[in-house]
Amino acid sequence: MRLTGSEIFMKCLQAEGVHTAFGHPGGAILHGYDVMLDYPLRHILCRHEQVAIHAVEGYYKASGQTGTAIVTSGPGATNTVTGLTDALMDSMAIVVFTGQVPTAVMGCDAFQEADVVGTTRTCTKHNFLALKTEELPRIIKEAYHIARSGRPGPVLVDLPKDIIMGRAEFKDYPGEVSIRGYNPSVNGHPGQIRKAAELIATARRPVIYGGGGIIHADASAELTELVNLTQIPTTLTLMGLGALDTSHPLWLGMLGMHGTYTANMCMVHTDLMIAIGPRFDDRVTGKLSEFAKNCKIIHVDIDPTSIRKNVHVDVPIVGDVKRVLIQLNAELRKIKRDWRKDLEEWYGQIAEWQRTHPLRYHQAPDGAIKPQYAIEQIYKVTEEHDPIFSTGVGQHQMWAAQYYRGHQPRRFITSGGLGTMGFGFPAALGAQAAFPDKLVIDIDGDGSFQMTMQDLITCVQYNLPVKIFLINNRYLGMVRQWQELFYGKRYSQVDLEIQPDFVKLAEACGAVGLRAERPGDVRPLIEKAVSTPGPVVVDLVCEREENCYPMIPAGSAIKDIIDTGEPIPEKLFQGWR
Amino acid sequence: MTDPKHYRKYTLSILVENHQGVLAKIASLIAAKGYNIDSLSVAETLDPTISRMTLSVRGDEWVMEQVVKQLHRIIDVIKVVDLTDEAHVGREMIFVRVNAEPVNRAEILRIAEIFRGRVVDVTPTTYTLEITGEAGKIEAVLELLQPFGIQEVVRSGILAIARGSKTITKREEGRLRLAGQKHASAE
Repeated sequence: MRLTGSEIFMKCLQAEGVHTAFGHPGGAILHGYDVMLDYPLRHILCRHEQVAIHAVEGYYKASGQTGTAIVTSGPGATNTVTGLTDALMDSMAIVVFTGQVPTAVMGCDAFQEADVVGTTRTCTKHNFLALKTEELPRIIKEAYHIARSGRPGPVLVDLPKDIIMGRAEFKDYPGEVSIRGYNPSVNGHPGQIRKAAELIATARRPVIYGGGGIIHADASAELTELVNLTQIPTTLTLMGLGALDTSHPLWLGMLGMHGTYTANMCMVHTDLMIAIGPRFDDRVTGKLSEFAKNCKIIHVDIDPTSIRKNVHVDVPIVGDVKRVLIQLNAELRKIKRDWRKDLEEWYGQIAEWQRTHPLRYHQAPDGAIKPQYAIEQIYKVTEEHDPIFSTGVGQHQMWAAQYYRGHQPRRFITSGGLGTMGFGFPAALGAQAAFPDKLVIDIDGDGSFQMTMQDLITCVQYNLPVKIFLINNRYLGMVRQWQELFYGKRYSQVDLEIQPDFVKLAEACGAVGLRAERPGDVRPLIEKAVSTPGPVVVDLVCEREENCYPMIPAGSAIKDIIDTGEPIPEKLFQGWR
Repeated sequence: MTDPKHYRKYTLSILVENHQGVLAKIASLIAAKGYNIDSLSVAETLDPTISRMTLSVRGDEWVMEQVVKQLHRIIDVIKVVDLTDEAHVGREMIFVRVNAEPVNRAEILRIAEIFRGRVVDVTPTTYTLEITGEAGKIEAVLELLQPFGIQEVVRSGILAIARGSKTITKREEGRLRLAGQKHASAE
């Protein structure tokens, strides 16, 4: 059967099981959008391609299903670059199809032409330029395979106009993929697993440091088994949140720059770091020369380039986190050890840190709303619904992570590696599209939200009832905090006092807008938002200059963590002004 | 962590898919590490779907370990072998156009002969020589020709191959078959 490239494209998406795509049409991809009308694909028209990409990321992170975006050439494609980079950093399996000018005029500065394959070379896991219509099935199959296997990541397929309009014979969507340069390791090396088990069996102050790899590998049950088996206290990175139930007695809270004091102290005083699917980001390690000086490190990761990239590792294990944990748990079950008794001293130390340095804030009943209070209330009020959360980037994101109290993986979606402001709302939109009946909440900042808020209308159009809670301090809060701490309180371009009336903005889009200005209003308004159908924007007018603590100043050692807002020693801001 | 004092020269042999964009991917990876490629030579292998590159780059051990791992991560890269610490033969080739006044012509030919070079072009006032060898030999001949007046030099990148009977493809444990082997089995 001779079909056009666009028909082949749609048939391949169908065969791949793609039923939802996010995107925006345009000249070069018109033919694809025309053919789309004859296929059952649900297409969500976002008002900006950046939103489409972040929505796809949210869709993937919430559901585990590879997300799909379709955009046009030139500006459509270049608007996806931020999202692609974000997806690369945070290992999100997404496939982006970009229109392209006809092959005959490529490289001639045609209208809406951009060298997309060149532009996205370093921000995709892999990219393809389709140069023959008959190659489309193979390319699309490989694109989805590469995106979701190994360390997940974004893949881009550039589709010149003449390739999708041209015809070719189409038989079947390929069932198998064979790429000779791509064979990710799955099982861990048994010798390394044994070595790891031996180290775990003799450690006196071990800590499990889990990352986003656990979520991507769907290995949360295996991690929980490891924790229960060995009774080792566990911390997770921002990207790993949800991999262990936050009500687990061995849960230490998030670690890193704004992690809990206890989790960070465990990283300083441990004798064995069991790193499962993290990548030793600088937000976690602090000053590298001071990091993990007195401990051994076991590092499990599917991506060999993550291992020994930043720190020396004693037992590297390359493999799928789920498979490795199954192997490791089997090995550990053979070990006879009274774990709780052997770790008693360590537990005592940890309990002491937890008692003396808890997360804390003070909410005066008649004062301004503390952002921490607002976020804690959001969690408490909605806990029974088991919601999916997303966040923007900044102070609110860190508070949302610190006070997180979820019980399942794939319920906390945030931009970690790239720190992309404007991520939260589109990600919530995408998660809601994946789970139309679930409560999806975007905890956002007023600065972050203003970067992508134009797509509120998209939520209304497609009846995606996202609840947006704005932690509104009328500042670019995290930047302001750094300016306060490290630049002598010289506030430069952070004041957002002049801002839209978010309630009216919601109403203008046909959504519901609510506002809380007193602590007493917070709970009732959250309850009201949750019970209101359709998208809701809740403007939580918060204390303006609240700082996010604990904090490890950038470039400092973990032990120099600032637990509260007491003045910072002069030596810490040398070089940071 | 990286200090130019600890830099050394690395020679990598890389097998890649032979299609558009692959060279750019490799070049941008090396550039992203802040390294400059000393030399690079690329050509199709006996199997037209595969190209072989010899890449020469200066760096320290830590970053080179990452470079090799990240090269592996490129989907179009089939195989990377670090020849630096293995016995291998490396050769470069130059064409050099040198002034050849009548009084010097015999001497220049003698130098060419000593270095097993060949004259590939002659004019009344110049010789163009072709010389192949290791970097040290190339440097030496250029130094000797310098006094006559070198007009132009064009120099290839290093081509390197491991010594011994093992081939880069056999390291792949037979998973990868080059055209040479394919042809042999077809006969």
